[in-house]
Amino acid sequence: MGNNLINYTLHLADNSLILGQRNSEWCGHGPILEQDIAITNISLDLIGQARSFYQYASQLINQHSPSSGVGWGEASEDSLAYLRTEREFKNCLLVEQPNGDWAQTILRQFLFSSYQYYLYQYLQSNPDTSIVAIAEKSLKEVSYHLRWSSEWVIRLGDGTEESHKRMKQGVDELWRYTGELFTPATYEKELGIDVASLKNEWSQKVKTVFDEASLGIPSNIFMHAGGKTGTHTENLGFILADLQYMQRAYPGCEW
Amino acid sequence: MKTSVIDKKALYAYLEEIKDPEIPVLSIIDMGIVRDVKMNDDELEVIITSTYTGCPAMDMIAANISIELKTLGFKKIKITQSISPPWTTEWMSEEGKKKLQQYGIAPPDKRFTIPKDGVECPLCHSANTRLVSEFGSTACKALYQCNECKEPFDYFKCH
Repeated sequence: MGNNLINYTLHLADNSLILGQRNSEWCGHGPILEQDIAITNISLDLIGQARSFYQYASQLINQHSPSSGVGWGEASEDSLAYLRTEREFKNCLLVEQPNGDWAQTILRQFLFSSYQYYLYQYLQSNPDTSIVAIAEKSLKEVSYHLRWSSEWVIRLGDGTEESHKRMKQGVDELWRYTGELFTPATYEKELGIDVASLKNEWSQKVKTVFDEASLGIPSNIFMHAGGKTGTHTENLGFILADLQYMQRAYPGCEW
Repeated sequence: MKTSVIDKKALYAYLEEIKDPEIPVLSIIDMGIVRDVKMNDDELEVIITSTYTGCPAMDMIAANISIELKTLGFKKIKITQSISPPWTTEWMSEEGKKKLQQYGIAPPDKRFTIPKDGVECPLCHSANTRLVSEFGSTACKALYQCNECKEPFDYFKCH
């Protein structure tokens, strides 16, 4: 139970941290100022969620298995974010995919926010009160992410010939990473977290938005998996190289 | 000092002096950030809650509370962050909403739980305004422009 809950909390934290880090790459490069601010606000929300989950995970680690504090003695939100290797990260593959163009970034956000929206609702009835509290608080923010990304998918999908083409390329690129969201890892199964049960609502939401955006849903596509248990695409190593550089070069540095 | 009785009212009056670093006209009491104050033996515990999970002002607020209370003579201070129940703009005081408006930020308004055109302009009070972006200069605000006086302004989102 202890290890499963630790792994699951890390999975939730890693999802948010890695997508937050990816989105932050847009800071100063957004297509217009307001949207640059929007995507970086979403980054901030996601990194805030990650902090709450890491704080909780470090508490659990220090209670259950103090030896796994990853290098800094006791585990802390910082040691968990900065000192684990890619095989220890449990985020799903979708969030580590490159930003690509604006269409691909928006689509990644939409596919993930819609998943997170139903997941955090579902987690409201989890027996673990800390998970419930973090999910409840984060859900308010995720509602904004979902609304914003849905509007953009529609705007670009149903926009010009060029924007439609870009959106479609995004779907072709990212759809293969959505299957993993609804395939439980061992720690989810052990905790009774039935992610497969979220697929219906999620598919409905995606279909509604894709219909309005005149985008089709790909069928019979091979679905990649592995991120939840530490087998990542080559992208994660590069993200961590950026994210963890300071702590690797100057261990324990503060500013 | 071993007492479990503290003068909460007086303490809140001191905490009223601590402002939100992003919105310096609002105190942390106006914002509803302070949830409780407790005396545990000789340790004073202040329970605060963050507005948004990623709000960078929270660490600074916690540090400012410690400094303020230390100057009042409290030796042992503990700042606890609570996340449940989650913070809501319902906890913002009426006084705080007035101060926000005078400062040039439209206060949270239940008719605009989902931001859309028409939030009252805090400068010329026209309702002929338009939503520019649901995300503004900080996590808690949305960006608007007034169609009458043309001024851009922030709206403090319902949360």
